[in-house]
Amino acid sequence: MTGVQDIISTSKSAAAIDKARAEGRAALIGYLPAGYPDVEQTIAAGIALAENGADLIEIGIPYSDPVMDGVVIQAATTEALAKGFHVRQVFDVVRGITSKTDAAVLVMTYWNPVIRMGVDEFSRLLAEAGGAGLITPDLIPDEAAEWMAASDKYGLDRVFLVAPSSSPERMKRTVDASRGFVYAVSIMGVTGARESVSSAAQGVVAAAHAAGAERVCVGLGVSNAGQVREIAAYADGVIVGTALVAAIRDGGVEAVAALTKDLSAGLTREEA
Amino acid sequence: MVRPMVDAPTTGSDEGTADAFLEGDRSLRHAPGPYFGSYGGRWMPESLIAALDELEDTFEKAKADPDFVAQIADLNKNYSGRPSLLTEAKRFAEHAGGVRIFLKREDLNHTGSHKINNVLGQALLAKRMGKTRVIAETGAGQHGVASATAAALLGLECVVYMGAEDCRRQALNVARMELLGATVIPVTSGSQTLKDAINEALRDWVANVGHTHYLLGTAAGAHPFPAMVRYFHEVIGEEARAQILDQAGRLPDAVCACIGGGSNAIGIFHGFLDDPSVRIFGFEAGGDGVDTGRHAATITLGKPGVLHGARSYLMQDDDGQTIESHSISAGLDYPGVGPEHSYLADIGRVTYEPITDSEAMDAFRLLCRTEGIIPAIESAHALAGGIKVGQRLAAEAGSAGEAASGKIVIVNLSGRGDKDVATAAEWFDLLDKDSVEAEIGKEGEQL
Repeated sequence: MTGVQDIISTSKSAAAIDKARAEGRAALIGYLPAGYPDVEQTIAAGIALAENGADLIEIGIPYSDPVMDGVVIQAATTEALAKGFHVRQVFDVVRGITSKTDAAVLVMTYWNPVIRMGVDEFSRLLAEAGGAGLITPDLIPDEAAEWMAASDKYGLDRVFLVAPSSSPERMKRTVDASRGFVYAVSIMGVTGARESVSSAAQGVVAAAHAAGAERVCVGLGVSNAGQVREIAAYADGVIVGTALVAAIRDGGVEAVAALTKDLSAGLTREEA
Repeated sequence: MVRPMVDAPTTGSDEGTADAFLEGDRSLRHAPGPYFGSYGGRWMPESLIAALDELEDTFEKAKADPDFVAQIADLNKNYSGRPSLLTEAKRFAEHAGGVRIFLKREDLNHTGSHKINNVLGQALLAKRMGKTRVIAETGAGQHGVASATAAALLGLECVVYMGAEDCRRQALNVARMELLGATVIPVTSGSQTLKDAINEALRDWVANVGHTHYLLGTAAGAHPFPAMVRYFHEVIGEEARAQILDQAGRLPDAVCACIGGGSNAIGIFHGFLDDPSVRIFGFEAGGDGVDTGRHAATITLGKPGVLHGARSYLMQDDDGQTIESHSISAGLDYPGVGPEHSYLADIGRVTYEPITDSEAMDAFRLLCRTEGIIPAIESAHALAGGIKVGQRLAAEAGSAGEAASGKIVIVNLSGRGDKDVATAAEWFDLLDKDSVEAEIGKEGEQL
């Protein structure tokens, strides 16, 4: 726990989650892929997320080989790339949202685009745009030396994932390496709405808390207020992705706003 | 033209520790991973790390278990038909400056290529882990067929992911896999090619890792795959080294192999990496030419990055998005390469060069006509490279006042060309324009 106080004071993600906690509820984290259907609408949808109850916003960088994503997000990011999305535009999206809202904005990215730009340069530009940090689905702490250094240098959160399959040793290592919060993968699988949230999720959250994590948020498969309520009972935050992507696909920014409002109704713990 | 034989790496990278090799203070043959210089590692979702740990642990224990080693040796001998022959190609060699060329005949293995070495090993490991299901990716279908074969032999369920377009072009290989009891799932995501088949297999693996082993087909991917796949192919180099000593009485001057992901190459290279007198060459798919943008010359033109779990050279754009590769050979048509090859390139131990489609097809026809052997188009890249290396060695011998026939080159003939007949017939315009085969060949050529 040494040094945690210093970190908390600089972590935008932690501040956003703590604010929700102070209000007696879990935080809502909404995911949108940058550039889908275009950069302007991603920004507008991000603002709509923040205005309708999302505490943190996760902006995904479309990538050619998204191995952790299911069909809905794959289709969206493939379309964004086909329309000519460039990685640097993610900073426009982040700036566009942070300049209009108080939400903490993280970027979710597979690691190769960051390597290509240069980990330090990417981090510098993200910090300049007002970004909170990175969620890294295919980067584990074992390979993250460069990112650890750059995130310290620019005061960015580093959100690593833990899974139902994580051993106690790996859980500890990942929790120790993370800053802001730890992303608990609810199930063994890829992104996509599911009818029920795996019972494994609660166990992963408990294990992460036991390993010393102060903030653990649950993602993968969460798509409605009922599921949000279920998870909010034991996690510090709830992450919704695919359902929001489907909303912007089918109903644009308005549909994102409506779904966010609906989802946020599930955040308050029945027994706070 | 005579070129210096040990070229500086064409990659311009600052990686590597060439001195370590040049000073001979350690073996390159037994690089255990997870890192090869700065390459390799595990750039993978956390969800899969436990499975990789389990696989690594099982593999390490199996290697040290005489029963496992004996099991592999028995299957190699009595199922695959090893040792594969080392055949001197005398008439073919007349076109390579008159040096002596020997072919390592992996084409004679059961299922027709080196692939069987790896799938048998991994399928046995799957059994040791108590897994009942294997999944695999395949481009043209060779690894898929080999995986289905191993699964049938060992009683495992087998699912093969294959790009939807490849399924259509390689309908006979799909039928082969199904005959062997496998389920083939067409992949419609992304660019619908081999790399997307790997993505889809990884997605399956994440969801089913409890009872499923991912039987990766090449010496790439996250640790322990590169070191493990090499281990199962090391038999190629070990046999070749003993065979050339027996037949020629000395080590070769050069060893040549084709490189897609690089499994056949790392297998034969392994036998010679610690022999400084042996020059080693890997030939990548140059497609239409490396200046056309339509190629798969990953080491020649790629930049280091991470894909499918390993840091290695990678064909990527300025944004780090993977670029689609192109080659007449489906088995070399992959935008990545095994991490050990990236390391061997950087330290200058292996020289990697591109071979164009037309150079490969010329060598393909030459081997057919001079030796009565129809090679896989993948292997034809190694043959074309072997001709170039032979001509350079002959020129070197000439300027030293020696006979070219004193020089020896081994080419790894990684597979046979039965699967490529339609593509080759179309390339050489051998088919009636209206025939079904011409239609198949035309599609194959676009692979």
